[in-house]
Amino acid sequence: MSLDFQDVRRIAKLARVAVSEQDTHMYQHRINGVLALVAQMQAIDTQGVAPMAHALDVVQSLREDVVTETDLHKKFQAIAPQVAGDLYLVPQVIEHDD
Amino acid sequence: MMTETGITEVGLAGLSRMLAKRQVSSVELTQEFLRRITQWNPLINAFITVDQERSLADARLADTLLASGKGSLLTGIPLAHKDIFCADGWLTTCGSKMLSNFVAPYDAHVVGLCKAAGMVLLGKTNMDEFAMGSSNETSYYGAVKNPWDIAAVPGGSSGGSAAAVAARLTPVATGTDTGGSIRQPAAMTGITGLKPTYGVVSRYGMIAFASSLDQAGPMARSAHDCALLMNVMAGHDARDSTSLQRPAEDYTRTLDQPLAGFRIGLPREFFAEGLGSEVAAAIESALAVLRGLGAKTVDISLPNSALSIPAYYVLAPAEASANLSRFDGVRYGYRAPDYVDLDDMYEKTRAQGFGDEVRRRIMIGTYVLSHGYYDAYYVKAQQVRRLIAQDFARAFDECDVILGPTTPETAFDFGSKSDDPVAMYLSDIYTIAVNLAGLPGMSVPSGFDGRGRPIGLQLIGNYFSEARLLGVAHQYQQVTDWHARVPTLVREGVSA
Repeated sequence: MSLDFQDVRRIAKLARVAVSEQDTHMYQHRINGVLALVAQMQAIDTQGVAPMAHALDVVQSLREDVVTETDLHKKFQAIAPQVAGDLYLVPQVIEHDD
Repeated sequence: MMTETGITEVGLAGLSRMLAKRQVSSVELTQEFLRRITQWNPLINAFITVDQERSLADARLADTLLASGKGSLLTGIPLAHKDIFCADGWLTTCGSKMLSNFVAPYDAHVVGLCKAAGMVLLGKTNMDEFAMGSSNETSYYGAVKNPWDIAAVPGGSSGGSAAAVAARLTPVATGTDTGGSIRQPAAMTGITGLKPTYGVVSRYGMIAFASSLDQAGPMARSAHDCALLMNVMAGHDARDSTSLQRPAEDYTRTLDQPLAGFRIGLPREFFAEGLGSEVAAAIESALAVLRGLGAKTVDISLPNSALSIPAYYVLAPAEASANLSRFDGVRYGYRAPDYVDLDDMYEKTRAQGFGDEVRRRIMIGTYVLSHGYYDAYYVKAQQVRRLIAQDFARAFDECDVILGPTTPETAFDFGSKSDDPVAMYLSDIYTIAVNLAGLPGMSVPSGFDGRGRPIGLQLIGNYFSEARLLGVAHQYQQVTDWHARVPTLVREGVSA
């Protein structure tokens, strides 16, 4: 499978990465190179093989459902790009009715 | 190329004795390494951040502990952390513009453990951006130079830690290894590096690349030093849900165990086409040494190992695309200066904040996880991953440890692979399968090529056999001196 120009534009949009038209060609070329490498996997039959999600098939540990962290929001928000009144500021996403 | 005997050549055990006997203070030791960093870093570029005052404060605290008899074995010994580990109050960039303003508000578990042991943090080492690279050329802070030959890459992604140890800018360093990022740069800079079994070292506070593969480990001049740092780094941490609950181990306990009757497996796939002749010859010489120590060699096969790179370049980008979605310009890190709405802010922040290799891997990961392609790519890769793990399980019925080259060739020149991602990826052909299986592996210096560039051999063990790998490496290092060689440039003190 290889990607065409529009595929790359669509993936860039899904990944939330702005890519110029010119760079799209470069990404198309390089990503298709990697996908050609990846396609070598198709050479072997894996029917019936259980997918391995994790290096060691161990159950993830659970901790007690109690509060362990203290409130550090002032420390964490001190390094945020834009904060006002303990809130992270982003461009408006909901339109006003008025 | 020769060995020498200054304080920079003393191992961690020796430094510990000198500190305990007050033959040297931690402040003096720290000042010496800071002086060397000042001298060499402008050329080598191994460190992104150095903060002398902070390091010296650590050292003064260590000296107080030592004076009151409260120090532990590594108290007062300086180290460097790869810039992937959050360290409270330290700039922590992960080699990226995206985090070029990120002063970590907390310590990674590994950083906390080293601090609790009284170790002195010299600085944060350079790396490929978000650990995605095999040459250090993807760092936003510029490539690290190989101390053995500044025309050569140091390997990656832990190239800064590797070069810092090789150039004697620190006695020891931490690294992380997702597909070879400790072992490959260790091989290319002539140092010793260990990637532990997945889950032995906590990933808490270690900026995530591919969470099911990422594992931190020690990088040092000798196996003995790696074992001593492992004693500090390893252990269960409830804040990493994949951290394993196991009894504490002393990783030095089998260093002196003889190799008589020890079975070394040689995978025929690791000695086939693609392996450089000088590397092959060095590995053969190393095998002769190990046979001389009583080890036996057996031929084994890892039939699916060639598929490790294709499977890895599905799984690692897929996990990376999910992990790196957190970098959105909202809570920390870089935000694009101009945007019209929220989506535009995300897209411009990520386009400007990430470098080319990182953007490409995020896009590949996004694609293989997207609707309609998941089974063909992601599930298939996970199936291949199991076949690779099963190959190793079968091999360990026949041998105690697997040995081969760490890399197919020695350090390559800057720019020689940077325009061809696939050629770059092949540099990790012998290391990636180990991560997919979650096994421990290490690289041990075992010679030089005709141009004086280091060669590394790789040891791969069964789960939780770190101490045994370190023991084999230590026995080898008792009868060879490849690990003790000092780069000519550094030894002769050629001015930066």
